[in-house]
Amino acid sequence: MALLPIEAFVLSKEAPARPPPPRGQIRWRKTLFGDAISAAVTAVIIVTALFVLPKLVQWAVVSGVWTGGPSACHDGGACWAFLREKAPQILFGLYPPNDRWRPILVILLFLGLALWTMPPRHWSVATLWAWAVGVAAALVLMGGGVFGLKAVPTASWGGLPITLLLTVLSLSAGFPLAVLLALGRQSRLPAIRVLCIGFVELVRALPLLTMLFIASLLSPLMLPNGLSIDNFLRALVALTIYAAAYLAEVLRGGLQAIPRGQYEAACALALNKWKTARLIVLPQAIAKVIPPLTNTIVVTVKNTSLVLVVGLFDLLSAGRAALADPVWPAPYTETFLFIALIYFAICFSISRYSLFLERRMASEGRQ
Amino acid sequence: MNKCESPAAIDLFGIHKWYGDFHALRDVDLTVRRGERIVICGPSGSGKSTLIRCINALEQHDEGRIAVNGTTLTTDPKSVEKVRRQTGMVFQSFNLFPHLTILENCLLAPMQVKKVGRAEAEELARSYLEKVRIADQARKYPGQLSGGQQQRVAIARALCMTPNIMLFDEPTSALDAEMVREVLDIMVSLAEGGMTMLCVTHEMGFARQVADRVVFMDAGQIVEANSPTEFFGAPQHERTQKFLRQLLH
Amino acid sequence: MNTSSRKAIRNRSIGDYLVQAVVVGALLLLLAWLAANTIDNLRLRGITVGFDFLSREARFSISDTVLPYSPADTFAWAFLVGLCNTLFLSAIVAVASTLLGFCVALGRRSSHPLSNLISTIFVDTVRNIPVLVLLLFVYSLIIFELPDPVTARVWHGFFLNNRGFYGPALSWIGSGLHWSFPHMGHFNIDGGWIVSPELAAAVAGLTIYSTAFSAEIIRGGIDAVYKGQWEAGRALGLADKQVLRLVILPQALRVIVPPMTSQYVIIVKNSTLALMVGYAEINFVTSTTINQTGQAVEGTAILMTVFLVISLMASWLMNILNRRYVLVEH
Repeated sequence: MALLPIEAFVLSKEAPARPPPPRGQIRWRKTLFGDAISAAVTAVIIVTALFVLPKLVQWAVVSGVWTGGPSACHDGGACWAFLREKAPQILFGLYPPNDRWRPILVILLFLGLALWTMPPRHWSVATLWAWAVGVAAALVLMGGGVFGLKAVPTASWGGLPITLLLTVLSLSAGFPLAVLLALGRQSRLPAIRVLCIGFVELVRALPLLTMLFIASLLSPLMLPNGLSIDNFLRALVALTIYAAAYLAEVLRGGLQAIPRGQYEAACALALNKWKTARLIVLPQAIAKVIPPLTNTIVVTVKNTSLVLVVGLFDLLSAGRAALADPVWPAPYTETFLFIALIYFAICFSISRYSLFLERRMASEGRQ
Repeated sequence: MNKCESPAAIDLFGIHKWYGDFHALRDVDLTVRRGERIVICGPSGSGKSTLIRCINALEQHDEGRIAVNGTTLTTDPKSVEKVRRQTGMVFQSFNLFPHLTILENCLLAPMQVKKVGRAEAEELARSYLEKVRIADQARKYPGQLSGGQQQRVAIARALCMTPNIMLFDEPTSALDAEMVREVLDIMVSLAEGGMTMLCVTHEMGFARQVADRVVFMDAGQIVEANSPTEFFGAPQHERTQKFLRQLLH
Repeated sequence: MNTSSRKAIRNRSIGDYLVQAVVVGALLLLLAWLAANTIDNLRLRGITVGFDFLSREARFSISDTVLPYSPADTFAWAFLVGLCNTLFLSAIVAVASTLLGFCVALGRRSSHPLSNLISTIFVDTVRNIPVLVLLLFVYSLIIFELPDPVTARVWHGFFLNNRGFYGPALSWIGSGLHWSFPHMGHFNIDGGWIVSPELAAAVAGLTIYSTAFSAEIIRGGIDAVYKGQWEAGRALGLADKQVLRLVILPQALRVIVPPMTSQYVIIVKNSTLALMVGYAEINFVTSTTINQTGQAVEGTAILMTVFLVISLMASWLMNILNRRYVLVEH
């Protein structure tokens, strides 16, 4: 075989690194109309947008009624004036109008606590105490009867404070219960294990609506004659049990992720069962599942919207009550948009925060 | 026929590629003739993998021209498909399809892309599995095979599309030392059969044994290219010399 | 083994029994107390415990039933009718949300910027709104924003208005198949098939909500497949559609099936909310029954049993599927 002529090559002049050429326009055209499917999708989206958006703008802005009384609203446009008038009622329910500063303060209190708790460097025992004091203060502010505050029964509580209070109370009461349930599931005592598994699985099998039904139907029957607990407490008990079962499942995931060696190391250090759980296992397990735990807050906030079946005036049912005003035309769409927006603002920020924690943990390589 | 006269299997002219602001390939020219065996080496991050991934359009080059067997790569999916039908690729991490058996791995592309009948495809697949000495494992799943066996299956899978160019992207880097040889043996026999080959690898013994040309890349450029004898015996560029020195230590 | 450690183990096991006995005992006491209260209260209200009421005439009406039902039927039958309505609604929502969720998942993973943007906004919005708000919103849209039957538009025999959705029905009359077209009657539309606004709102609201969650599950499954699988498929000359269908989806399915099974259970549980827009599912039947008969304990027991059975069946199914996928793997 003849020798192959190999042209030797040696780099003589370095090609310098340079910034990429601008390519925005080409990209867009290619991704939007690159092939038949993309072009079709683009066309459908644009045509739909052209059809829907003008109508939406017409309804919401051009024909929208922003000011005026019940007579100002008409068929073709959005009745924002209604929300202007009814927003306090939707946000605070039947709470005495003169004392509305109290629920406003409660909302601000929770907002402040939530914002303070967000940066992980603020996670400490002191923050936990701050929450405990905050919740107590919120209950005092809402209920009154002390410090010269007028007493307001829970039946008159309503709107956003109820949503927030139920969320915070059911989660903080549910969490310790969840820890016990999750540990109990791993117990070597069969009776404890079976009870914990049975409880968690039964609760998770039931829809929350059914749970609330049971709470409102059976609690008058199961308590001694004459003793009754108010609707707020009924809803709170149902939500707490529900939250506990779900939190327990999340915690179980964290417990299962703890390597066997940690238990053995704790044993070798002569720590007893409870100390091992409290000092070694739980801190690690909880740290592992912080993002899904944060997500449970979103689920709980959304779940509170169901308490209207036990007759509580949370955000959603306060909105429905406002719509019942015969003087006004009932602008259902606008009202539900308003309510949905409030829920969305709360849940979306928590979801994003949970995502932030997840990414932060992934980058720390702790997962 | 003299290989010099045969038309180019791969023709790269003025290739540039960026990842965001990072200039990964800077003005790369390379012509690979039919039947030529080329080994590309260089430090990690030098752009050698990016270069061969541009050849079958797994990455898109931003500037320059790539032609494979006379087909110029454009954004047109037809040109991409035509090039991919003619080139086989073997990956560092095998990338066998874990939900399919060894045989099914080899049947998938011929039957779905070339629309070959089952019997014919199976006959072809078995002959290539025979060639990589793994025919007795045809009914197993990839997870049941060792790394070296998996990589041999990956080679057979690529060959089932009867490509006339084979691209190897560090095929032995993920393997334990004792399995490297069995994969290299297959690659040597493939080279002896006259396949056009472009291999990114650190196996310098393999380069000496079968390469027609060794290409050294650094910082997104081809720094030096020469026959293995010249390349290892008398490297010209100082960066090549430095790389080879480090390789020996 | 020396005697002291043997004694320690015996002590430990005695301690174990003691702990378990105390916990179980306390629980039984609590239950006994609740049961005693309940029996007292029931006696005071003059309600007899037992499931005899099930064979009595229900005497309330249920709309939109899948099974034939009239108020003259028994309570037992009414429960079954309610359960079937729940399952019927859940099945529609499960199928629709899986298909739509698949489309949205592909949209979120596509390089097409518009469909990507829209599916991302859809998922992020819907997942952060309570399903009940969504249901009531959709229901109010149907009732208040759709035209009334008099001004409703007709489109090839289809009516769409705030009394529901109407379409031509194929039925067996006498000797053969006949089309029955909906047409304006005196006060309403007669003939054809009809989907009530309640069912429509329940289906639409629950489907929208579940789609966002299914989409995330399916996207997670697709993402879980190693990127090299796409590259290997493409390098073999497969088109992206083929890679997705032949390589990615079969592997993604392994990741998708377990959470999807839980998602279907969640759909069944969420379907109870259809009650809030007036669709007669099992909670509706139960609460109506309890209102009429006062048999709260029995009613809730039936309700709990039904959902427990559904959830147990789902986990049984999931175990079977998991075992199958493990077998395929090796």
